[in-house]
Amino acid sequence: MGRGAASNHILDFKNADVLLIIGNNPAENHPIAMKWAMKAKEKGAKLIVADPRFTRTAAVADIYVPFRSGTDIALIGGMINYILENKLYFKEYVVHYTNAAFLVNPEFKGPSELDGLFSGYDKDTRKYDRATWSFQEDEKGVAKKDPSLQDPHCVFQLLRKHFSRYTMKKVSGITGTPEEKLEEVYRTFAATGKPDKAGTVIYSMGSTQHSVGGGNIMSYAIVQLLLGNMGIAGGGLNAMRGEGNAQGSPDNGILYEYLPGYIPTPTASLADLETYIKKHTPLTKDPKSINWWINRDKYIVSYLKSIYGDKATKDNDFGYAWLPKRDEGQDCSDHMAFDEMSKGTIEGCFAWAMNPAVSRANSGKVRKALSKLKWLVSVDLFDNETASFWRGPGMKPEEIKTEVFLLPASSFLEKEGSTTNTGRWVQWNYQVVEPVGGTKPDYEITNELYFRVKRLYETEGGVFPEPILNLTWNYGEKDPSGKISKIDIHAVAKEINGYYLEDLYDKMKTPPKLLGKKGELLADFTHLQADGTTSSANWLYSQYYTQRDGKIINMAARRGQADPEGRGLFPGWGWSWPLNRRILYNRASVDPEGNPWDLERAVIKWDSVAKKWAGDVPDGSSPPFADEKGRLPFIMMADGVGHIFAPIAEGPFPEHYEPLESPLPENPMSGQRINPASKLHYRGETEFLPENIFRSADPNFPIVATIFRTLEQFQSGSMTRRQPWLLECSPQMFVEISRELAKEKGIRNGEKVIVSSPRARLWAIAMVTSRLKPFVIEGSTVHQVGLPMHYGWLYPDNGGESANLLGPWFFAPDVTAPETKAFMVNISKVPD
Amino acid sequence: MKLSRRDFLKLSGGALALSILGIDLGCISAYAHGLRTVSAKETISHCRYCSVCCGLILHTSKGRVINIEGDPENPINRGALCAKGAGLIQLLYNPLRLTTPKYRAPGAAEWKDVEWNWALDEIARRVKTTRDRTFKLRSKELVVNRTDGIFCNGSLTLGNEETVMHLKLMYALGLVYFDDKSRM
Repeated sequence: MGRGAASNHILDFKNADVLLIIGNNPAENHPIAMKWAMKAKEKGAKLIVADPRFTRTAAVADIYVPFRSGTDIALIGGMINYILENKLYFKEYVVHYTNAAFLVNPEFKGPSELDGLFSGYDKDTRKYDRATWSFQEDEKGVAKKDPSLQDPHCVFQLLRKHFSRYTMKKVSGITGTPEEKLEEVYRTFAATGKPDKAGTVIYSMGSTQHSVGGGNIMSYAIVQLLLGNMGIAGGGLNAMRGEGNAQGSPDNGILYEYLPGYIPTPTASLADLETYIKKHTPLTKDPKSINWWINRDKYIVSYLKSIYGDKATKDNDFGYAWLPKRDEGQDCSDHMAFDEMSKGTIEGCFAWAMNPAVSRANSGKVRKALSKLKWLVSVDLFDNETASFWRGPGMKPEEIKTEVFLLPASSFLEKEGSTTNTGRWVQWNYQVVEPVGGTKPDYEITNELYFRVKRLYETEGGVFPEPILNLTWNYGEKDPSGKISKIDIHAVAKEINGYYLEDLYDKMKTPPKLLGKKGELLADFTHLQADGTTSSANWLYSQYYTQRDGKIINMAARRGQADPEGRGLFPGWGWSWPLNRRILYNRASVDPEGNPWDLERAVIKWDSVAKKWAGDVPDGSSPPFADEKGRLPFIMMADGVGHIFAPIAEGPFPEHYEPLESPLPENPMSGQRINPASKLHYRGETEFLPENIFRSADPNFPIVATIFRTLEQFQSGSMTRRQPWLLECSPQMFVEISRELAKEKGIRNGEKVIVSSPRARLWAIAMVTSRLKPFVIEGSTVHQVGLPMHYGWLYPDNGGESANLLGPWFFAPDVTAPETKAFMVNISKVPD
Repeated sequence: MKLSRRDFLKLSGGALALSILGIDLGCISAYAHGLRTVSAKETISHCRYCSVCCGLILHTSKGRVINIEGDPENPINRGALCAKGAGLIQLLYNPLRLTTPKYRAPGAAEWKDVEWNWALDEIARRVKTTRDRTFKLRSKELVVNRTDGIFCNGSLTLGNEETVMHLKLMYALGLVYFDDKSRM
């Protein structure tokens, strides 16, 4: 649908009629968000929880759906089939606001014809040529459509054909979910396909950390688009991010593929700015599509101006050459970086508030890779298994040459700045106390490194120093040596918001109207220019620290208590991107005339007299679709609609493939066992790194395992294992096993057992519980266990080791999300 | 009369003042004396564990946090906190926290305490040496101006402004291996 974030927000959960929580356990991992799901229940909403484990969230569900780890697409594919067969989709919404009516290239073929593959597959490169995944176009270059949804080549009919294979019987065999349960879930959630009903899908890492993670999310998106649940209050596709600033961080560029604001990082073949802009600016010939990324040039130029200031000019392509360029297809994600580290390409590493020796998949491989480094810098509140990898189990310090620096960081309470929650709300955090003895805030450490590296290049010269020497760095008063002694974080916020570098006029008005004065803070991103007269370090956040009538406003610090209409929008509390819009795609919450589908839960409404929108900030200010100037609601997509036919690496429709390690020798769905687009890192004993070994359908590892998180511990546990209150609640590594499996193995609750995988062995305390039950998969009993990810050898003694030592080295294509949620293990008693 | 928690705190402070003037307020006065947050400074922050980012009020006295509670005005948590948020004092004041930079030399079996200035200078030197050695102006005949030799892992725990500063520096150094787990 065009944006990498939850479409709605946490408070909005209370507006739903049905909540589908899948791959997510908010009662334990986002506890206060659970409050709002419970508010919906108080109002009569139905809560469905789909999880291999009966979690604390499942304990308050109306319907609990058990299913085998790694079979989400089968489960939801069955729901899509149910919705289509029983005609429960919201037809008007589907026809106007999605690409269901678009006609696909007649050469296109799908898994029903190609035994699990789509047309265009190259089995040597494991990639698809997407030429046949195109739409038929009219003479103007706009996609041809059949609004009756009958044409055999239209997306809708192809969808029906594809998912007709996901019968309840088939799905039950794959997932282990009884057919009656499937029928109950499908019927309950599909009931939100009515215009006055709202269903929300809430998901997180249980959905994404699979080799088919992309397909998982796509399947939820298809359901939500078919049911007309996108853009409405109580609806949406809501990712619950994993950490405090896990939304704000990628918004501001932490992922290698993006600069701040999701502008793509440049690759080597894009030799100059013009080529870059051309490649990354989608075009559309559809006059009804806003196609917001048409503005790409304004954002990249304004970014370059913010980082290089006056040194970035039209003559030097605004400093474009100074940005580093990846090779085409070079995967620089963190797991792949550890691959490169294993090979010796990467010599130096910053583990900045990260503990990959515990938290990365196949973490034994990561620990081994660290020992190949020349130097490692760990920035953290505590010593951790990554910084101390050289003295970990199995390591011989005398043979490890890595220099390690461990820098004491201040906690978030000792510094200032904003964070963005999972609902896109940006909130300001004030500094509570001075940095605790001897520690420095991260931004001070960054500042020190910048100044010292720059000084080395200034005094000694070196290779290609320009990007460093030309960088703007105006975050506080500089001492005589040019160094900033104390960072003013507000100066960074202003740089992000952006400035007018020249007076800006609206030249369409007579006389031209002054929009912003030189040196003032930008009003918002609609004022950004591609000619170098504006700067903004993140266009998406423009408006969050702005200036109105000469007064500077920190929007993220606002504390407005008003919630007009009680919908939970709170437009005056903090600030949400973009432009303080609270519900994304909200122009899909109205019919083509601009009237809300559901008046009770209206988000926006078109006033045809005043010719403007009332309510939430509309997602694109154009009139409603039916108006002659009207536009489509999914403005970040080139064609303006939500994509049901949505090409990703493994195909335009989600398809069930087994995890790399599976209890089954074959995929019951087709002849294609695993994700055909996922890179294979191991092809046998003699190829690739031995740490990448995997075994599937192997009687030595017959139990399905998943890794989860608990309430009292957090991530790699390096912070929470050291807090006595939290450690008391959750002191040691454990494994949840079913009563049935415990009986089979003669295991008693509380005894230490060994959990082993093809990659590692570790001990865990057996937690025998009825919250896990064996599945019947394709006629055979398959056991499932669960392990928490929070423990590591460093602290406390006898606390246990990281569950991630067990997991495989296999990833979703493009996204490179690791498959930590479905792999195979064995459990055995500790030998006497 | 509907009383918010903050109004109650303010009233209690007032009651204390009245009792000093000799007006006997009995149990209210006794209770107000017990509220150590009465004359404390209040600062707003947001929890950084899960992505709900619950609002926090922290009371400090003489530069030290003496109380942490949920912010009742925050529309999302309305004063509530989970076990991790409620226990934040143990993160802030924890005897196991690092207080000085440490260095591990090649082949060493132990950490050595070092000074900040030394550590930062040495790190800057390592960055420059590795960057200069591994920098590529071209790759496969195309201009790339990057180093594949340094990887920056993290962090998504940084605030928004810090992230922008952080990646600004890393890109200026020419890193392309710059990534974090928020891709999941």
